[in-house]
Amino acid sequence: MQPETPEEQQARVLTLEAFADTIIPGAKRSADDRAIAGVSTDGGAVESGALALMEDPAGGLALMLGTLSEALNAHATGYAEANDLTLDPAVPPFVALAFDHRTALLGHLLAPDSPEKEMWVGLALFSNMAYDSAAHMNTVDALAAGHPGLLAIGITKPDDDGLWRFPEYSYGRPLSRLHPHTTPTGSPA
Amino acid sequence: MTSSASTDVVVIGSGFGGAIPAYHLAAGGARVVVLERGPWLSSEEFDHDFKLGSSYTRIFDFTVGDGMSVLGGNCVGGGSVVYFATMPRAPRFVFERQGSIGRRMWPAAITRATLDPWYDRVCESLPVTMQSWDKVPYAGGLFAAACAHAGRTANPVPSAVDVDKCTNCNWMMAGCRFDAKRSLLLNYLPAALAHGAEIRPLHEVQHLSRTDDGGYRVHYRIVDAEDYRILHDSGTIDARIVIVAAGAGATPVILQRSEPTLGTMPPAVGRYFSGNGERLNTAVFDDDRVREVLGLSRPDGRGYAANQIGRGPTVATWDRLDPDLPEYERYSLEQLFFPLGLGTILAQVPDAQGPSWFGLEKKEMLRRWQSWLTLFTMSEDDNEGVFGPPPATGNADRISQQMLGRGPLRYRPTANTLRGWAAADADARDILERDGLARVMPWTNDVVGAYTVHPLSSCRIGDDPATSALDDRHELRQHPGIFVTDGSAVPGALTVNPALTIAALAERAVPGIVRAAQERGIDVTYHGALPDGTVTAVPQVVPS
Repeated sequence: MQPETPEEQQARVLTLEAFADTIIPGAKRSADDRAIAGVSTDGGAVESGALALMEDPAGGLALMLGTLSEALNAHATGYAEANDLTLDPAVPPFVALAFDHRTALLGHLLAPDSPEKEMWVGLALFSNMAYDSAAHMNTVDALAAGHPGLLAIGITKPDDDGLWRFPEYSYGRPLSRLHPHTTPTGSPA
Repeated sequence: MTSSASTDVVVIGSGFGGAIPAYHLAAGGARVVVLERGPWLSSEEFDHDFKLGSSYTRIFDFTVGDGMSVLGGNCVGGGSVVYFATMPRAPRFVFERQGSIGRRMWPAAITRATLDPWYDRVCESLPVTMQSWDKVPYAGGLFAAACAHAGRTANPVPSAVDVDKCTNCNWMMAGCRFDAKRSLLLNYLPAALAHGAEIRPLHEVQHLSRTDDGGYRVHYRIVDAEDYRILHDSGTIDARIVIVAAGAGATPVILQRSEPTLGTMPPAVGRYFSGNGERLNTAVFDDDRVREVLGLSRPDGRGYAANQIGRGPTVATWDRLDPDLPEYERYSLEQLFFPLGLGTILAQVPDAQGPSWFGLEKKEMLRRWQSWLTLFTMSEDDNEGVFGPPPATGNADRISQQMLGRGPLRYRPTANTLRGWAAADADARDILERDGLARVMPWTNDVVGAYTVHPLSSCRIGDDPATSALDDRHELRQHPGIFVTDGSAVPGALTVNPALTIAALAERAVPGIVRAAQERGIDVTYHGALPDGTVTAVPQVVPS
């Protein structure tokens, strides 16, 4: 296998970032950010570390990323032709699609009847996991570093030893009638 | 490198189905070796961490199938280490179910009444205790209040959690750091070890063959401790009795792979899989309505916003566990917690204009995660799961170094199963959307198909050889000396959390396994003492 050129690597990263940004969208990192469509006002999957998680050898997708990127761009080219869209040649085809078109294309690729559904679901799963659980980082470190997903979701910080404890946890009173046939052991009859 | 050894009994798997017979057989004097595919962790190693490689991914498997994904334990202690320890008994009508076979699915010898004494033993051993309202976490309390508001009943569910030790951290799926969850690491397994049983972690059994003396040879591979995709040395252990308890997602695969060496398997091996009729809904609550309509408030004034706090499911409504309702229309609805990492991607946005499970609207829904409440349906499915040809090794082609793999299970829900799910979904909305309390949507099945955390029935007991792989003593038909005692032996969906029933069935199976061991010349007796040494009356097993 030929090693990836810097241009190919850049195209792959931009394409995968654009994919992740379609799953959980974020704000542009800079004015000239092309991968992130910028439809949200704060960090999304990309800023949460989607690329780091996809590239983590532990995840199992790392060796497929080049293939996935090329396949996604091929689909984007086909989508643009079918919809009579002109793509900016300065960026990979999927990156050149506007957010709504990226979303529509992923809707097709991720649909139950899509023959390639499984591989795109895998990529979507990792994009989502980067945002909702920062699975490429220790959770305590991610919280300390202001991980955008964990913060937006509202995960509280743990105790000083890195463990969570909630001394207040209950309304503390009966809130419903019990089922009339509950057995003495507390089970259904 | 290959090693070989021999013993009296090999137990494959160390969850409820493995640990319970391992303990009793060792206590009775048999030489017992337990082969466990996963690692052996102690409580100090149970992390509060989502990072790949932490205990969350080391001890937990997520196996994607064709139309059904299965979540289960992968460690010494099996499901008991990763489960939520919710331990109701199955309702009486469950044992009378016919399913799709036109006759009672359960063996004639087993009813709720005959199983109750075995339930009692497990409840005493773990122990399982009744739960009181004053210690029900916010999410359970909220669900109970919503049920009451809708004219329903709700119950705190019996649990194997020592509430006084519990910190309500909701990290149970990564193992309990505080030893509050009464997993098998705290009772049956140490008792088995104390009686001389040997537990070998990271030993993945691949297949069985016969020995010249009428016993069995168990063939295993050593699994890499960090990257489960890598298998190391192989080995064999000869035994006169083999107990297969690798879980309903793996037991049939081992047996299927053994067909070339053992001979034809009963037709029900790898068929009749049940996902326990499971389905999830996510409710997103309006905190103002929680306060105004239900009168609930936390000390800081919020109504709820406590999704992170608790210990899994604690409250269920059993109003639809009504024996007079038609089969397939009975289910329980249970408040649940589903951790981040896997617990958000399938949740759907109510009234989505665009994609329902990803995109901008989903991101906005995630901002309200602390106001989510996950509702768990356990219904009567149609045992429609079938296992295809086994993968090269294990029960899945592993994708990630841990946790994620692709397995051979195929599941297409029948109209019966779909009818039950639709009824439960409508019920969930009826309870939780009243007076603007919440918006509710089921998890999508479009992404990974249906899913279950309670795989069952893929090698089940029964009286009919055509539709059950095991007789009512859990012995594999046509293969005497092989017993199956895990969730795969349960005949069908239970409409409640199944761990206690799996454990009770394993307890019930032990006297018969001991007799079979004696007949095969093993010097073993059945004392029936509990793991802490307590001697109690032993229930009678109705002879078949």
